[in-house]
Amino acid sequence: MPVAIDWAGVAQQVVSGLSSGGIYAMLAVALVLIYRATGVVNFAQGELAMFSTFVAWTLTQHGFGYWTAFVVTVLASFAAGIALERTVIRPVERSPVLTTAIVTIGLFFIVNGAAFWIWSPEVKSMPNAFSTRPIRIAGVAFSISDLGIIGVSLLAVLLLWLFFRFTKLGLAMRAAALNPDSSRLTGIRVSWTIALGWGLATALGAVAGLLAAPPLGSFDQNFMQPILLYAFAGAVLGGIDSALGAVIGSLALGVFLNLLGTYVSWVGTDLRQAAALAVILVVLLVRPAGLLGTAVVRRV
Amino acid sequence: MSRVLRVGAGVAVAAAAVALVLVLPHWLSDARAAEFARAGCFFIAIIGLNLVTGYTGQISLGHGALMAVGAYTTAILTANHGFRDLWTVPLAGLVAAAAGFVVGLPARRLSGLYLALATFAFAVAMPALLKRFSGLTGGSQGINLFDKALNRSTGALGHVHVLGRTLATNDFLFYLTWGIGLVLAGAAWLLVRGRVGRAFRAVRDSEVAAASSGINTGFYKMLAFGISGFYAGVGGSLFVLVSNWFVSPSTFGFDKSLLLIVGAVVGGLGSLAGMAVGALFIQFVPGWSANLSSAPGAPSVFFGAAIVLVMIMLPAGLGGLFRRLTEPLTRRL
Repeated sequence: MPVAIDWAGVAQQVVSGLSSGGIYAMLAVALVLIYRATGVVNFAQGELAMFSTFVAWTLTQHGFGYWTAFVVTVLASFAAGIALERTVIRPVERSPVLTTAIVTIGLFFIVNGAAFWIWSPEVKSMPNAFSTRPIRIAGVAFSISDLGIIGVSLLAVLLLWLFFRFTKLGLAMRAAALNPDSSRLTGIRVSWTIALGWGLATALGAVAGLLAAPPLGSFDQNFMQPILLYAFAGAVLGGIDSALGAVIGSLALGVFLNLLGTYVSWVGTDLRQAAALAVILVVLLVRPAGLLGTAVVRRV
Repeated sequence: MSRVLRVGAGVAVAAAAVALVLVLPHWLSDARAAEFARAGCFFIAIIGLNLVTGYTGQISLGHGALMAVGAYTTAILTANHGFRDLWTVPLAGLVAAAAGFVVGLPARRLSGLYLALATFAFAVAMPALLKRFSGLTGGSQGINLFDKALNRSTGALGHVHVLGRTLATNDFLFYLTWGIGLVLAGAAWLLVRGRVGRAFRAVRDSEVAAASSGINTGFYKMLAFGISGFYAGVGGSLFVLVSNWFVSPSTFGFDKSLLLIVGAVVGGLGSLAGMAVGALFIQFVPGWSANLSSAPGAPSVFFGAAIVLVMIMLPAGLGGLFRRLTEPLTRRL
């Protein structure tokens, strides 16, 4: 049976998939940042982003505009990320990777619990970041909000790339991640570059949370958990040690999930996560280090 | 330390553990015995996780899902196929072992975080799959053996007759879980000290070196997942009994998998005695946290803080502390 494909509908779905993908991408890049610096997946990344979002929500309740709250929160998250690394991660810096990973699981419980404790469990809603009107491009109506989210997330990732590529500090951080011992010999304070990495990752996560919250309509303290799962999947799909891979993997995942949810009805909401992960598993079995990750060479 | 003394020390620890399990219920209230029985289920599953992660070096974030496979095997066989619940325990172990082999398949190609994601995918997918195939699993309602198979649920009426004595159900479940736990811990102890255990540790320490000494690394990884699946399945099967003969998809969300890995690392990977401590940690610390403050979210904060503090103070887990304390004694033997 021939099915007429509605190309305008597909284009809308792709754009809205790219917009969720952009949010996953920022969180995925945050995961990659910390992974490259310390070899650990930060299980608390999503919850930290959630906490930042709730701080911003409180500011908007006290009369601040969305974008003022946005800037204040992102800066505060940067400082909080550094402080967190200094107090909680630094003591286990020399421990096995799994120990540090468990510390981040502990952080997950702490941050999630603290948010429930401070902001009661009722759902919240965030003012819109962008106009809710649609915009017509080539006869197809797109949501301004989707386009804005894509723009801001790409801009954030681009700024981060420029920082790592063109500044002395960025170079020092890359060196410290690549070879901590030699970097120490050249005078780089490796431990502080890790703290800075945590700061940047937390700030980037805050941007992700702040962009993700308004389109949800209402959200509670668990709203970042599925997003973290997709970001993790996107980062692994692209290759966990490649920031570009994480962006591409996350955007592809966002589009794929959206098309899957719209056009494959039997998948439904229950199996969406499972289906996405199954596809990633297949990709990984073909390319064990992700799309752009460095394959570990083993000669046996 | 000579081999004889080391084996002697092992036997002494095992004898002390058996004695402790035998006398403990006399001092425990009924409710407390039930909580300890739950910890016994975690103990069994964590021993299995320790074989994969501690001894073979393969991170698994999917052991909660393997427990679910065991739990549903027991629930379905008892509810629909006329089995007595206790006889399904070994069967649940075998079905979960088969599932473990399948979960272990990606381990032949993937390592580190990529494997962690693959196993995590299994953990996330499990509740969705259980809801989807509701004809078999009862969907999100779950399966309640208390309603469906009361006469085949051992001890569901409050007491059990064993060897001419009458035991309160919770005492019976305590003896059952920790008894099976100790036997399986003994089996794991023998396993890791033998040829297979040496192969496991070789894979963990250097895959290249292991492969060049003729060890089939892919096979041993899958074997570790399979054996580990058996343990998780038995733990999950018993978990149905200690959860008032009830199981539902939300019993085994991905948080159970995270909790198990927390228990294994807090207990101290590579230490079997530590696994019991890890199991007690994930069973009791959340409850104590809830006693400190019942404000929404507060227990979670205290539980997380306990995890972070243990890891900062004891990076090798509580089992590492145990080893450090006993080393000065055993070194002189």
